[in-house]
Amino acid sequence: MSKKIKKEKNNENPAKSLETLGINVVSQIKKGKNPEIPIPIRALSNVEFDEKSQTVTLGNKISARYFFNVAHAKKFLQTVEVASISKNLLSEKKHASLRDVFYMAKRTIPGTKVNLVDEQTESDSVLEDLELITDLSREQLHVNANKNGSVAGKVVIEDKGDTIDWSKLGSGGWSIPSNVEEIKFKKVTGKFILYMEKAAVWERLHEDKFWEKQNCIIMSSQGQTTRGIRRLLQRLTSEFNLPIYVLCDNDPWGAYIYSVIKYGSINLAHISSKMAIPSVKYLGITCDDIEKYKLEKHSIKLKDTDLARIKQISEYTWFKDNKAWQRQFKMMKENKTKLEIQALSSRGISFISDVYLPEKIKNKDFLN
Amino acid sequence: MAKTVAEELAKKQQSISVSEFFTKNRHLLGFDNPRRALLTTIKEGVDNSLDACQEAKVLPEIKVKIKQLEEERYSVIVEDNGPGIVKAQIPNIFAKLLYGSKFFTMKQQRGQQGIGISAAVLYSQLTTGKPAKITSKIGKNHPAHYYELKIDTKNNEPDIVIDKEVSFDQDHGTRVELEMEAIYQKGSRGVDEYLKQTSIANPHAEIIYTDPEGQKIKFPRASDKLPVEPKEIKPHPHGIELGIFISMLENTNSKTLTSFFTNDFIRVSSVTAKKICDEALFKPTEKPQSLNRDQAEKLYKIVQNTKLIAPPTNCLSPIGDDALQKSLEKEVPAEFFASITRPAAVYRGNPFQIEAAIAYGGQLDPEGPIKLLRFANRVPLQYQQSACAITKSIIDTNWRNYNISQSRGALPQGPITIAVHMASVWVPFTSESKEAVAHYPEIIKEIKLAVQECGRKLATHIRRTVRVREQRERASLFEKYIPEIASSLHNLTKTNKKEIEDNLYKILKKSLKDLMPQEEENVEENKKRKK
Repeated sequence: MSKKIKKEKNNENPAKSLETLGINVVSQIKKGKNPEIPIPIRALSNVEFDEKSQTVTLGNKISARYFFNVAHAKKFLQTVEVASISKNLLSEKKHASLRDVFYMAKRTIPGTKVNLVDEQTESDSVLEDLELITDLSREQLHVNANKNGSVAGKVVIEDKGDTIDWSKLGSGGWSIPSNVEEIKFKKVTGKFILYMEKAAVWERLHEDKFWEKQNCIIMSSQGQTTRGIRRLLQRLTSEFNLPIYVLCDNDPWGAYIYSVIKYGSINLAHISSKMAIPSVKYLGITCDDIEKYKLEKHSIKLKDTDLARIKQISEYTWFKDNKAWQRQFKMMKENKTKLEIQALSSRGISFISDVYLPEKIKNKDFLN
Repeated sequence: MAKTVAEELAKKQQSISVSEFFTKNRHLLGFDNPRRALLTTIKEGVDNSLDACQEAKVLPEIKVKIKQLEEERYSVIVEDNGPGIVKAQIPNIFAKLLYGSKFFTMKQQRGQQGIGISAAVLYSQLTTGKPAKITSKIGKNHPAHYYELKIDTKNNEPDIVIDKEVSFDQDHGTRVELEMEAIYQKGSRGVDEYLKQTSIANPHAEIIYTDPEGQKIKFPRASDKLPVEPKEIKPHPHGIELGIFISMLENTNSKTLTSFFTNDFIRVSSVTAKKICDEALFKPTEKPQSLNRDQAEKLYKIVQNTKLIAPPTNCLSPIGDDALQKSLEKEVPAEFFASITRPAAVYRGNPFQIEAAIAYGGQLDPEGPIKLLRFANRVPLQYQQSACAITKSIIDTNWRNYNISQSRGALPQGPITIAVHMASVWVPFTSESKEAVAHYPEIIKEIKLAVQECGRKLATHIRRTVRVREQRERASLFEKYIPEIASSLHNLTKTNKKEIEDNLYKILKKSLKDLMPQEEENVEENKKRKK
């Protein structure tokens, strides 16, 4: 498995891929070997920054998961079990949520006090491993994440035969599904996309009809950007050449949300090519904004964990030589404060949509 | 004119008799209650027997018998196969207080003050009015002498009630029989425990005990080797107190201060002696007896501040780690034993040596604190455990390093017995009752080193047994996993489930051994990290 993950190799027959995994294990067992499943390591130690594509990619390090190893046995069992669950989903032509998969796997192993899975994070993580092992995406394995995130703007799409106009969906906007591969874009008139990390800010902009006034698309999730949103962003920018501006809190966590959208994430480095969007720009909030808009009094003190995270992020390969970002990190550390997007409301409830965002966009006041 | 207060008091003042002294100080002598009196009597008798056998180089065979006569009245018999006592000495040894040969010798020995068996005779007499019955025989062709003795408490002189020749079923030995008010109880401070611990600390002795219920308990020998006779040494100047120093000045046969230092002490050369005298501004040729108290104290202080070579340590007679461990194995039903004898060390001019042994598991109580056996010069210390330096040293050792649970400031917990022996020419006790070793840093350090060594050996054993148990648990866990994985694989590949299971069980059996080395690697790593 030292070769790089090949994209969409097995798209044709996902069930076959899962079967192959099973057959490999069974043949080892028949030979009397301690069965192993090779799995690429998903950690900072095994990601590289590819200068050419400007994305985080997975390295070549492989770990072997053994059944007859105290530390691996349970994980090994989980891997095979989740593969089996996924195979059933495929044969029944049903989709399950991550939560469903967790409950389908969860049970107490007879004669022990051991649960096959205790937390959903375990089955989630095994699914990500399965993606790597089989070269299939989670969606191809018929497992979807929860819907998360909203979008509004001058776009018309077709989804499962329904035509949907993102500008005519009332106060809630369109909720972005976990799988956006089947969506067809029929008409895209917005000129750029504004993505924000907070649903509350999205609602503010939506109420102010920001997307109408600025002729754009506004999109949000809550916290980390889900795969569905990242895929949707990538499709819009690659198919319609729309610039994307990201609006996050002024803290290391906000910076990492931006980093994931732009370069890809460490955890899902194997699918960076399908997710990362190197052209996105960071609109704010920046440390300079705090000074410029006199928001010092509305900032929050950084905690030790925040400071530690700043140190970590500033050392990532893709930020290391980025002078503009290093300057931001330095200022954060010196000021020892962070600023939430909503702090802009201290200057008036619609200050963000009337003054802050238009000024920033007009002046092209972005970080790259 | 009325009499002065002093005159009134003078009327009441009169020389107190030996019995009054005894009654007032019975707590110091170990006779403060009927229960302890029984134990102390047996202790004094057994100590005497062990000492006598040791001097005669005989393997001790000691018979102890307790008979209940009334609710709180018992008869105690201690009989040994020692050298016996010459007729003329019998009354003095048993019926005269503070008569003995143990004063002022610097030598490792059991009792250190010679209160001894006569105190038990007096206690017997005070509580029952009956005489002590002594039989002794010194050799095959000698008669056995039987005495019934009382103490003339006014004059502290023996009062012979009966003196006759009898038959004795051994070639030599001594038998003591005392009737006394007493309470017999089992438990950690009772006679049974004392005899058991005495047997542990004296592997060369055989003790046959008949308890009040008539049950015979035999504590056999763990070793046929007699202990090395401890050598008598002269005191080291740093090891004596001012009072003793003064009485040594008064009683010395040396004619000059220089010869006093060089002859009556060890480790003082004539050059050093002269230097000490010069510093004190005394003539080296001064007669020792001519110094007054203040001058003696001045000289004492200078001596204490003079650098001297530490005393020799070859005068000690430890039990020996092998013998101690064998003793423990014989009396403690555990599964693992370890022991160590430390090299001799010195505190305040006194040579001493620490030995420790540990017993673990088996039938020992897994709940509660460990059982601690303390010994000083082969004598069990059964009282004042919490005041003892041995206890403190064990509490201060971090037992969690050895996989043994321990709360802060407490003895460790678990199925463990620890025995610690201190051998010394002078064991420093915290009080006259001689039940707790005083807290000298040098002593605590040595005890800690000894028990740490035992702890390390125990930890290795525990790790090994725990590993074997874990291995068993792991194997059973894999066994439980196998049907699960087989059914998942069957679903994925349609391979026969039974076939997968059978193959996996085969691999499990084969690879069980290989699962272990990994553990050991980790252990190695931990060791490296600690370094």
